[in-house]
Amino acid sequence: MRTGKGSGEGSAELLIEGVAKRFGEVAALDHVSLSVAQGELLTILGPSGSGKTTLLKVVAGFETPDAGRVLVGGADITALLPARRDIGMVFQNYALFPHLSVKANVAFPLEMRNIARAEIDRRVGEALAMVELAGYEARLPKQLSGGQQQRVALARAIVFNPRLLLLDEPFGALDRKLRETMQLEVRRLQRRLGLTTIFITHDQEEALVLSDRIAVMNKGTIQQIATTTEIYERPANDFVADFVGESNILHGTVSAPGLVALPDGRKLMVDSEAAPGAKVGLLMRPERFSGGGLNEFSGEIVEAVYLGTSFKLRIACEGGPELLVRQPARGTLPAAGTKITVGIDPEAIHVF
Amino acid sequence: MNSKGNTRRLLVAACALIYFFLMLPLLVVFPISLSSAPYMQFPPPGLSWQWYERYLDDPQWIDATWRSLYVGGATAALALALGVPLAFALVRSRFPGRALLDRLALAPLIVPTIILSVATYGLFAKLKLVGTWYGLVVAHTVLALPFVVLVLAAGLRDFDRALEQAAAGLGASRWQTLRRITLPMLRPSLVSAGLLAFISSFDEVVVALFLAGANMTLPKKMFDNIMMEIDPTIAAVSVIQILLVSVVLILIGRFGRGLRDSAR
Repeated sequence: MRTGKGSGEGSAELLIEGVAKRFGEVAALDHVSLSVAQGELLTILGPSGSGKTTLLKVVAGFETPDAGRVLVGGADITALLPARRDIGMVFQNYALFPHLSVKANVAFPLEMRNIARAEIDRRVGEALAMVELAGYEARLPKQLSGGQQQRVALARAIVFNPRLLLLDEPFGALDRKLRETMQLEVRRLQRRLGLTTIFITHDQEEALVLSDRIAVMNKGTIQQIATTTEIYERPANDFVADFVGESNILHGTVSAPGLVALPDGRKLMVDSEAAPGAKVGLLMRPERFSGGGLNEFSGEIVEAVYLGTSFKLRIACEGGPELLVRQPARGTLPAAGTKITVGIDPEAIHVF
Repeated sequence: MNSKGNTRRLLVAACALIYFFLMLPLLVVFPISLSSAPYMQFPPPGLSWQWYERYLDDPQWIDATWRSLYVGGATAALALALGVPLAFALVRSRFPGRALLDRLALAPLIVPTIILSVATYGLFAKLKLVGTWYGLVVAHTVLALPFVVLVLAAGLRDFDRALEQAAAGLGASRWQTLRRITLPMLRPSLVSAGLLAFISSFDEVVVALFLAGANMTLPKKMFDNIMMEIDPTIAAVSVIQILLVSVVLILIGRFGRGLRDSAR
């Protein structure tokens, strides 16, 4: 509370500065820095082994970083015991105490803070009402469904008004329908309470639904931190473009302003100011193709899949790349082997 | 299909045979304890409660029973007090000599009890512990320790440490986490370990022969009884002992961690 107000980032609720952690030869975290604003929900998205869970453990205090600092509200908490951090966390498998009732589980953090019994009862009641589990106080965790267990874990993590909320892949064990419901519910609750939240997931769809901003991680480093639309529309590199959403990624060289030459000699018009001679990556999202456009690709359909709202087509272009294209599902699904021409406009191609 | 049925029938037969073999002594002892004859005779010529009455009326038998009960209880308490921290250290920490200590904790199971008894006798004679009930408790604790460590180590290995992390994250100190989360969750293992330690002492005769002296435990009194005079009192005492141990085993089944789960 005494430090950090001078710098511009002092206003960040959570500040991670150059955090590094090695496990033997492997750098789980390679000098990671990021900041989360008060009330923001930041998702850390990455494949398994990307270091996202290690980063969360460092913030929670279960891992001590080899280098770097963690600041909450301007105060350095790097050396603080987990119990002193005032951080609510929902674990991957919820980590509910199996021998304690729902009520005792939610009351636990309050009891650890020596809060008066009457006050505990009131706040546990409020928290359970918030997650719509009023009336389940006496149940044991094993008597609850997966979704209900998750709500208990959430109630337990927020009941003591923590400074930060950490969510470690909390929806992984739920079926799709329930997962979507819980995602929206968590988001609603987080907004209402104004909780600064870090959410860990490997599911890019989930990340897009929930987040204010997304930090994409790979191999212990942050590849890009940006808003959800920014991440999807303007990824910083191949990894982000490939990991978030379906994509067609091509590489080429800028041959003239607004023109990129592909290795096969094809030239694409793009909306970019990259200087001639620069090596660039091109991202074309499958849904941005249409029947025609300034850049046209002709080829043969290799594979066609019906997905309800759209057709997903894999097209082998003549003498060139294979493209993934989504078209609105109208009429009959084109057969494999059909000749097709698709096009994409320069504005729909992201250059990086 | 047919061969599968045959295999099954064979299995059932084998199990029945083994079960019968194990139960055979009981089938003999129980009728004899109710015998009306003044000497060991099977099958008994008639029924009577006389041997049970003799047991209950003899202060030496009752004395020995009480002594066995409190020696067993004290052994269980002491074995837990030593075994719980030992099991935690063996499962949870890495230190030089851990593997050695792991083997050493089970050594009393391997060393012949008679050797252990002689050695303990020599040591306790110097310390003036022979013939004291608490000396016997110390010796029995050595024998009971492997059971406690085995059962608790199995329980600890299965323990999900995320729960302890969760407790710490929610504001619990290490001591609070141990008291509120870890130990309550290990309760079935603690119950099994304690009761097993109790039984191992309650049934123990070799060490008791050497160390008990005039302070006789029930098994030693039984042994002496067989040496001196053979009458069906011993059968009545056996039945009572079997019933007591059965009650303890039922308690383990009800509140403890099954022995099956403990086998690693």
